[in-house]
Amino acid sequence: MWLTKSSVGRKLIMSISGLFLILFLTFHMSMNLVAIISDEAYNGVCAFLGSNWYAVAGTAVLAAGVFVHFAFAIMLTLQNRRARGEQRYAVTENQPKVEWASQNMFVLGAIVILGLAVHLSHFWAHMMLPELVGSEELLLSDGVKTYAATDGAGLISYTFKNPVNVVIYVLWLCALWFHLTHGMWSAMQTLGANNNTWMPRWKMISNIFATVVCFGFIAVVIYGAIA
Amino acid sequence: MEKNINITLKVWRQRGPQEKGAFETHQLENISTESSFLEMLDVLNEKLVKGGQEPVVFDHDCREGICGMCSLYINGHPHGKDTEVTTCQLHMRRFNDGDTITIEPWRSAAFPVIRDLMVDRSAYDKIMQAGGYTSVNTGGIPDANAIPIPKTIADEAMDAASCIGCGACVAACKNGSAMLFVSAKVSQLALLPQGKVEAAKRVKAMIAKMDELGFGNCTNTRACEAECPKGVSISNIARLNREFICAKLKD
Amino acid sequence: MATIDSKIPKGPLAQKWTNYKNHQKLVNPANKRKLDIIVVGTGLAGASAAASLGALGFNVLNFCIQDSPRRAHSIAAQGGINAAKNYQNDGDSVYRLFYDTIKGGDYRAREANVYRLAEVSNSIIDQCVAQGVPFAREYGGLLDNRSFGGAQVSRTFYAKGQTGQQLLLGAYSALSRQVNKGTVKLYTRYEMLDVVIIEGRARGIIARNLVTGKIERFFGHAVVIGTGGYGNTYFLSTNAMGSNGSAAMQIYRKGAYFANPCYAQIHPTCIPVHGDIQSKLTLMSESLRNDGRIWVPKKLEDAKAIQEGRKTANDIPDEDRDFYLERRYPAFGNLVPRDVASRAAKERCDKGYGVNNTGLAVYLDFKYAIQRLGADVVAQKYGNLFQMYEKITDENPYEVPMKIFPAIHYTMGGIWVDYELMTSIPGLFAIGEANFSDHGANRLGASALMQGLADGYFVLPYTIQNYLADQIQVARMSTDLPEFVEAEKAVQDKINKLMSIRGKRSVDSIHKELGHVMWEYVGMGRTKEGLEIAMKKLKEIKKEFWSNVFIPGEANTLNTELEKALRLSDFLEIGYLMAIDGYNRNESCGGHFREEFQTEEGEALRQDDQYSYVACWKYTGENSDPELLKEPLDYEETERKTRNYKN
Repeated sequence: MWLTKSSVGRKLIMSISGLFLILFLTFHMSMNLVAIISDEAYNGVCAFLGSNWYAVAGTAVLAAGVFVHFAFAIMLTLQNRRARGEQRYAVTENQPKVEWASQNMFVLGAIVILGLAVHLSHFWAHMMLPELVGSEELLLSDGVKTYAATDGAGLISYTFKNPVNVVIYVLWLCALWFHLTHGMWSAMQTLGANNNTWMPRWKMISNIFATVVCFGFIAVVIYGAIA
Repeated sequence: MEKNINITLKVWRQRGPQEKGAFETHQLENISTESSFLEMLDVLNEKLVKGGQEPVVFDHDCREGICGMCSLYINGHPHGKDTEVTTCQLHMRRFNDGDTITIEPWRSAAFPVIRDLMVDRSAYDKIMQAGGYTSVNTGGIPDANAIPIPKTIADEAMDAASCIGCGACVAACKNGSAMLFVSAKVSQLALLPQGKVEAAKRVKAMIAKMDELGFGNCTNTRACEAECPKGVSISNIARLNREFICAKLKD
Repeated sequence: MATIDSKIPKGPLAQKWTNYKNHQKLVNPANKRKLDIIVVGTGLAGASAAASLGALGFNVLNFCIQDSPRRAHSIAAQGGINAAKNYQNDGDSVYRLFYDTIKGGDYRAREANVYRLAEVSNSIIDQCVAQGVPFAREYGGLLDNRSFGGAQVSRTFYAKGQTGQQLLLGAYSALSRQVNKGTVKLYTRYEMLDVVIIEGRARGIIARNLVTGKIERFFGHAVVIGTGGYGNTYFLSTNAMGSNGSAAMQIYRKGAYFANPCYAQIHPTCIPVHGDIQSKLTLMSESLRNDGRIWVPKKLEDAKAIQEGRKTANDIPDEDRDFYLERRYPAFGNLVPRDVASRAAKERCDKGYGVNNTGLAVYLDFKYAIQRLGADVVAQKYGNLFQMYEKITDENPYEVPMKIFPAIHYTMGGIWVDYELMTSIPGLFAIGEANFSDHGANRLGASALMQGLADGYFVLPYTIQNYLADQIQVARMSTDLPEFVEAEKAVQDKINKLMSIRGKRSVDSIHKELGHVMWEYVGMGRTKEGLEIAMKKLKEIKKEFWSNVFIPGEANTLNTELEKALRLSDFLEIGYLMAIDGYNRNESCGGHFREEFQTEEGEALRQDDQYSYVACWKYTGENSDPELLKEPLDYEETERKTRNYKN
C-alpha cells in the first residue's frame, strides 16, 4: 500500500490525520466557548455528547486519529533519525528562515499528548467514562458534592480553581499553538495544495487559526479560574 | 576592502567510510579576504604538503558555483553562512580576524564519507536514472517551436531546473530528506509539455528510488530552501506531492 | 612525410553530409549489442555520444573523473548555443552560420566540417527542447534568441545564464535513461591513463579508480575521447580545476596527431586576477556584451587616478570615456569576436589605460542599458550573472561598472580528426573540445555547445558505424592480452616513478610556474624570441618536475596530489607543443597572435600563402621534438578575406 510504504504516502497520512484533529479542535473549542456564555447551555452540550452512540463512535474515531497521527510521527521520526546518519554535526546554527516549531514538531506533539492525558483524566474520566462503564464511583467528588457526568461547567470551575492546573493547561496550549502554526500549513504543503502564492497565505491562515483556537481554549481556562 | 586575517580551522579528517573520523586543528595566517574559501583551503593543503603530510581531501571542480561538486558544511551551514552561494563562491571577507572555522562533510546516511570532506553522492545519480528524463531517443524530433510554452511556465521550469545537485538540501535537512532535489527535477519536467507525457510514471519511480536509498521524510522545515545555493523553492515539493498523490490515486 | 587524409566526401559542400550518410556503412541492431564502445568524458560531447550510442543499441562504457556525469565542465557555459533556425527572420541560414564560423575562425577551419556543424545545429535545438531543456521563451510561447560576438543575426538560444548547465543536464538525463536501460555502464571517479592499441587499432583503455587507486583495464571495439580542452596548461583559466589534457596526450603519445595546439582562446570578459593564491578565473558571459558597453578612460591621468584609488568609474564623465571597441569596430561594436575584443583590451592596458589597482582591467558598464531598459529588464536578463559577480568581487554591477580582463578560456586546437571524427589511430575517435575540427583559429561565442552536441548527438553516432561495420566479426577481447598488460605496466611504472621522486616542490607550485611562463610567452601576444624562451623554460620546468616534485601518501588509494601530478606531467608536454606550434606558425590568426605579424592598425595578419594548413604534430619520442605534418586547407565555397568587423 503506497500510503504506508512510500515517504509521501506516510506524510499524507500525517497530513490528513492532522487536518482531522484540527477539525476536531475547532469543534471542541467552539463548544467550550459556550461555557463562558452559559453554564446551563454548556451542560446541555455535555449531555448531548454524553455516552450516546454517535458521541462514543466519534470519540473512537478521534482516538484512532490521535493514535494514527502519533504512531506515524514515531515511525517517521525514527526513519528520519536513521536517514540523518550516525555522525552528527559538531556545529549547527539555526537559519532565521527555519521556524523553531518546524524543527521540534515531535517534541511539541509529545507535550500535546501528555497534556491530553492529563486533560482526559480531568474531564473524560469523570464524564463519558463513568457513563460507559456504568460506574458512579468514577464520578468526581470533592467531598462537598459529586459532579454529575454531564456537569461540564462544574468540572471546569473545579479543575481551574487549582492554579497548578491553570499553568499546566496554558503551557499545554502554548505547545499546541506552536504545533498548529507549523502543522496546518505543512499539512496543506504535503497535500500538494501549495505554491509560491499560497505559501504566505497558508502561513497566515495557520497563525490566525492557531491563535484563535488556543486563545479560545485559554479563555475558558481563565474563565474557569476566575468564576 | 582587502585585508589579511588569521584564522583557526577545525577540519574533519576521516580515512574511509568505515573508519572513525576526528577534527584536526590548523592555524592559518595572512589569508587575503579577497580570496575564496577554497583558495584558503588550497593554502592549507600547500602547507600540509610542504610539511610532508597528506592534504585535506574535498570535492571541488568548476569553482564558479555551477558544477555542484563542492560540498562543505562550514560553521553549521552547508556552503557557509552567505546566502545563495556554493562553497567555492564563498569568500573570506565573510570571516573576521581570529575566527575559528569548523569544516565538516555533508552528514547523511545516504551520503557516506569517502575521505575527509569528500562524500559519495551517487544516490542522486541513481534517483535520476530511475526516471529523471523524458523518454526520447536522439533524432526524429519535431521542430523546437512546434509546441508553444507560456513564458511563465518556461521560467518556472527554469527556476526548478537550476538545481546543481550539490546535496546541500540533504545536508541541511534534519531528516536527511532529498525531497527538494527530487522535486526540482520532477517539477521541471512536469511543468513542460515535453515532460508531462510520462509525469506520473516519473514521479512514482523517482520517489520509490529515493525511499529505497534511505533518504528521510520531508517535514517541511524549509531548511533545504534556506540553504539551497540556487534558491530552489519548496513550492516544488508541494508540486511533487501533488503529482505523486494524483498519480497514485489514478492507479 | 605521411599524407593526411581527412576523408572529406566528394560533392558540393551542401551535399557532402547527406551524401556521406547515404553511402556510409551501418551496423544492424543485432550486431550493435555485440559491440562495446568506450566513451571517456561526460561533458556535452561525451554524454550526448554515450546516450545516443546507447539508444542505438551499442554497449557503452562511459567514464568520468568527477563523482557524477553532471559535473563535467560543459556545465559552466553560460551564454548560449547557436543554431541556424532563423526564428527571428533576421536573415540567418545554414550558410550564414557556416560562413560566420569560418570567418570567425580566421579561415583556419575545415569547410566541410563546419558546414556539417551548421547543418545539424537546428536538430540540436529540437533535441534539447524534447529533453525538457527550459530555453528562454517569448510571451507568445516561442523560443527567444540573443546575439553573440561575430554575428549580425540573433541566433543564440539560451536558458538564463546557465545554458551549458541546462544542455548538459539534458544530455545527462538522456544518459541516465540509458544507464537505467542497461545500455550504458557508468564509471564515475575513474581517470583514463592510457589507450590500448592492438594490431594498430584502439581496443581499450587503462583507467585508475580514483577512490581505491586501483588500475583497471577495459576493452572496447572503439574508443571515444570527449575529455575537453587543455586550457589549464596556463594554471589560471576559466576551466574547472579538474579539466585536463591528459587523455589527449596519452593518445598523442600512442600516435594520434595533435593539431594546432597553439590556438588557445582568450575570453575578453573574465573577472580580473586578485592575487597570488588565486586558483581559477571566473568568466562573465559574452552575452553581457549585448547590453554592456566596454570602456577605459580617455585620459591617462584619469586611468592613473583610478589605479591609485583616487577616482572611481562614476567620476569619469561620458565624454572622457573611451568606448574603444565601438570606436575601432563601428559595425560590430562591443560584439566583435573574442580574440579581437581580448587584444583590444590588452592594447589599452598595455598603454596604461587599465582600471584596477594592477592596471589590468577594463570596464563593462551597464549604466547605459539600465537607462535605456530599466534595472528590472537588465536584472531579468543578467540577474544571475550580476549576483555571481557581486559575490566574488563585493561590488554591485547595477551601481558601478564591472571590471573585466581577458583570460584563457577554450582551446581550439586538439586531437586531429578526419571528417568521421576518427583520429589517426583507427578505432579511436575524438569529439567536442578535445578535437580540433570546427573552430579554426578562433571560436565564436555559443559555438562550443553547438559543436559538442553536434558531435555527440548527430555526427559520431553515424560515422562510428562506418568503422564498426567492419568490426562485427571481432569478438570481445580478453583484457589479459599482452597489450593490456603492457599498457597497465607502463602506467604503473609512471606512477611509481612519480611517487618515488619525493622532492621538495608541491604539484601546484610547479603548475603555477608553468602557468606564468605560458601566460607570459605563449599568451595573448607571442613573439619568436618569447617562444624560444618559453621552450627553454618549459624544458627546465619539466626537469624540475621530474626531479623535485613531492607527492605525499600512497598510490594505491585515493590520492589527489598524485592525480594532479599525473595531469601536470601532461600539461608540461602540452605547453611545449603549444610553444613549438606557435613558433612554427609565422603569422597571426584568431587565437594565435604573433606580434611580428600585425597590420598597422594592430589587427591579426595572416599569411595564407604559407600557413593555410592544419599543423598536425606527431609524437616521435620522449626526448625529441615532434614531427610536423600538414593537412592543407582548401577553400571551395568561401573566399579568404581579412576579417573585417569595422563596416
